[in-house]
Amino acid sequence: MTGRTECAVIGAGPAGLAAAMTVAESGVDVTVIDSAPEPGGQIYKAVGRSPLPDTSALGPDYALGRKLVAAFQESGIRHIGATDVWMITDDRKIALLRNDQASFLQAERIIIATGAQERPVPFEGWTLPGVMNAGAGQILVKSSGVVPSEGVVLAGLGPLVLLVAWQYIRLGVEVRAVLDLTPAANYLRAAPHLPAALLAGNYLAKGLRMQWDLRRARVPIHTGVRLIRALGTDAIEAVEFVTWGRTRRIETPVLMTHFGVIPETAMTRAVGIRHDWDASQQCWRPKADIWGNTEINGVLVAGDARGIFGAKSAEWSGRLAGLEVARSLGRLSREERDAKGAPTQKAMTRDHRVRPFLERLYAVPDHWWKDVPDAAAVCRCEEVTAGDVRAAMRAGAVGPNQVKAFTRAGMGPCQGRQCGATVASMAAQETGRPIGEIDLPRSRFPLKPIDLGTLAALELPAAELSGEASADQAPGMDVGGSKPQRALLEDAE
Amino acid sequence: MFKRLTDASRPKVTVTINGAPVEVPAGESVAAALIVHGERACRTTAVSASARGPYCMMGVCHDCLVRIDGVPNRQGCRVIVADGMEITHQSGARELKP
Ligand SMILES: Cc1cc2nc3c(=O)[nH]c(=O)nc-3n(C[C@H](O)[C@H](O)[C@H](O)COP(=O)(O)OP(=O)(O)OC[C@H]3O[C@@H](n4cnc5c(N)ncnc54)[C@H](O)[C@@H]3O)c2cc1C
Ligand code: FES
Repeated sequence: MTGRTECAVIGAGPAGLAAAMTVAESGVDVTVIDSAPEPGGQIYKAVGRSPLPDTSALGPDYALGRKLVAAFQESGIRHIGATDVWMITDDRKIALLRNDQASFLQAERIIIATGAQERPVPFEGWTLPGVMNAGAGQILVKSSGVVPSEGVVLAGLGPLVLLVAWQYIRLGVEVRAVLDLTPAANYLRAAPHLPAALLAGNYLAKGLRMQWDLRRARVPIHTGVRLIRALGTDAIEAVEFVTWGRTRRIETPVLMTHFGVIPETAMTRAVGIRHDWDASQQCWRPKADIWGNTEINGVLVAGDARGIFGAKSAEWSGRLAGLEVARSLGRLSREERDAKGAPTQKAMTRDHRVRPFLERLYAVPDHWWKDVPDAAAVCRCEEVTAGDVRAAMRAGAVGPNQVKAFTRAGMGPCQGRQCGATVASMAAQETGRPIGEIDLPRSRFPLKPIDLGTLAALELPAAELSGEASADQAPGMDVGGSKPQRALLEDAE
Repeated sequence: MFKRLTDASRPKVTVTINGAPVEVPAGESVAAALIVHGERACRTTAVSASARGPYCMMGVCHDCLVRIDGVPNRQGCRVIVADGMEITHQSGARELKP
């Protein structure tokens, strides 16, 4: 191994795995890199080595992943697990970090399939220990077999709220309540899209089934819930909320919330791809064509990283990106690509029919951003509150980048992943401008704080990587095959 | 607050959490080990010294920062336990990187 690959795929979720296997079908040399030790991504996390004695409690969708992951493992495609990608240079060198060792991989094509993150929606007390994302609860159970031992309350909107509650009751976990924050008006807006959604598959039947099972297990499901607050001093003790005009309180040591998912755009923004605000999905999405091609030559996007369409469509968009890479490397003709891609495109179009319904049903209403109490932290890292952000806006800050300069919101180690979208949504509310006109928060490499010692070992010009002055685009650096790189690739094989 | 549903026969490693030796299944993340051990908070913040614990478990939020083998600012949800690992809370401004 020379530290080169024809095609690098970043992310080993359904999109990345499908992309890699498709690329490999045409004889292209491909390498998959993922932060997680084993392939599967978020939905199929650790499906190949579950710590649970019986995974059937997690539901049939999880089991589907076993087939995909097994096919990938049998394909013999190079998989570099437990490795973070923290930079991509202009000439498509990918900077890796594994066990604190940095190295480079030179690729001719790069497919970014880094998935989604949960949408942050600040509320009072959301920084208390014991308050977590519902997806975090899932990661704990899938990766470690760890579940709440003394009860949990699930709150928010979106399919994951019900799914996690349902998985928990099947695992014997006490679910003290499900707080459904879906606004009543969303049902009216979603209703016209119901017929199309019914044609997309059995999504809605699954949701009804879960509700039914939860009610049968006597889990209280509160609807019309608003204004949740996590109460406690050193950790959460109770959750308070308003439902149909009454304030209620439930004691709980763990509160898991979920407000939908948005593409993880830190990487796509940092490489310089243009992003547009998708008003229906309520998130920024990297601009790409149906094959995943972006404005950056040789860099494609696939899966949830390019837009939220669920696991099946993630797999299909990975396949389309894989076909396009094979074409662009001369392994498939345009006609062959189109012919192979046609059934996939058709399946994807059908699957997407459920989206307009789901996107309206689970839309975060605009007034939520106004409702965020002044005392609630917006930037968890720098502890900048909603009140601070509003004050900065009154003083003239018009979007996330100015708010950052005024308040430090977004300057902490998460680099704005938790506050960028919130600040933009608040700015739209505060200034009355459409959010599409608000500046996209800047994202810069390195994507995670990198030790100076680690950089020194790579002989990188560290100055280029730090400081506000550096460009959004990765500096093109000429770094030869260094020792850690060989070490990494040898043990990855 | 949290427990493991895993079977007891899985291979284990021994780590210390704030000095106390604890047996943990191999392959588990530091953050998972901490919350099963009853440590809901893993750090206090730089500005207000308020308690924080793991929030996203996927490397996004950086609220799970702990000191591992003497090195601060390690993301507990992204580091897998290893035999002999020393895990301690990290506190306040002193340790948080700018
Ligand atoms: C926490 C969470 C839980 C979810 N659970 C479910 C569920 O149970 N059911 C469901 O239908 N949908 C779930 N979803 C939605 C889910 O994202 C999609 O259905 C599906 O997993 C998307 O596939 P993907 O391949 O696009 O991305 P993902 O499956 O998210 O895969 C992306 C991969 O990229 C890796 N990655 C990201 N950044 C880097 C980097 N810098 N360096 C290296 N690797 C990187 C990640 O480790 C991850 O494995 C969940 C989403 C989240 C965020
Ligand atoms: S819990 Fe969010 S980064 Fe570890």
